[in-house]
Amino acid sequence: MLTLYDTTLTSRLLLGTARYPSPAIMEAAIRASGTQIVTVSLRRETAGGGRGGQFFEVIKGLGVHVLPNTAGCHTAKEAVLTARMARDLFATDWVKLEVIGHHDTLQPDVFALVEAARELCADGFQVFPYTTADLVVAEKLLEAGCRVLMPWASPIGSARGLVDPAALVSMRAHFPDVPLIIDAGLGRPSHAAEAMELGYDAVLLNTAVAGAADPVAMARAFAAALEAGHAGYHAGLLEPRDMAVPSTPVIGKAVFA
Amino acid sequence: MKLIINGEQQEIEAGTLSALLTALDYEGDWLATAVNGDLVPRTEREQVTLADGDRIEILAPKQGG
Repeated sequence: MLTLYDTTLTSRLLLGTARYPSPAIMEAAIRASGTQIVTVSLRRETAGGGRGGQFFEVIKGLGVHVLPNTAGCHTAKEAVLTARMARDLFATDWVKLEVIGHHDTLQPDVFALVEAARELCADGFQVFPYTTADLVVAEKLLEAGCRVLMPWASPIGSARGLVDPAALVSMRAHFPDVPLIIDAGLGRPSHAAEAMELGYDAVLLNTAVAGAADPVAMARAFAAALEAGHAGYHAGLLEPRDMAVPSTPVIGKAVFA
Repeated sequence: MKLIINGEQQEIEAGTLSALLTALDYEGDWLATAVNGDLVPRTEREQVTLADGDRIEILAPKQGG
């Protein structure tokens, strides 16, 4: 079981709702993944449009928790206002806090992130910060009032997987009691399994599922990988060795010469 | 009056934010609004009066990662 801000969950997958080939495939992929949390955004609505409402009716019908994001915000001020608008609209204190600092890598601006997190936590938000694996930044986010941390594995949408596993191992070791969610950069089910084998609590995906040739099958594959990786971590993984260790006993071996 | 609505300047008469949404045919169930960089909660749209040059953001739920 996973607990995020007093909400207990059985799934360890948080799934994005963007970039699917169609709304029907999005809905089927969400169901197939078994996720209990989906991310959504806020964007300008066209006069007389109502498309945002139609999209959200589909999400509401799935019976999952909604995690609004502040995607595309480049300053703390923008992110804080977007979070407040999201809370008014979605009636949730949860927010996936993104403050983007670099156009090419979509790396978080961790200085503005901490500033925004401080303001939002003080205002009663339950913040899920999209951050790096930097331990000092993580400490500042916890001091600000965050009770979940979401380090990236690699740049958003890059499908490169865990490019710096050592940093993620350090983060897990330094914050044993904080729920840690890998957010961004995963491309394959094996990446998700690897994250779980490092002791991470959950992963947040979007493009890896939505951009697959068969998003519904990929959603299922990620769910299976997460379960396998999580079970493997708790079963106690062997440490790698430099040399071979025979698995068949040597004692009792026949001598023929 | 001149208002900047979702980044576009428009000439429109509306006394309150609520009246503006009605005039522009927005259906208000799934909207979030801000005026000049401050949230206007849905419960306060009728009380917020608009002035020439106000910047208004009208947002709705969209797909996101």
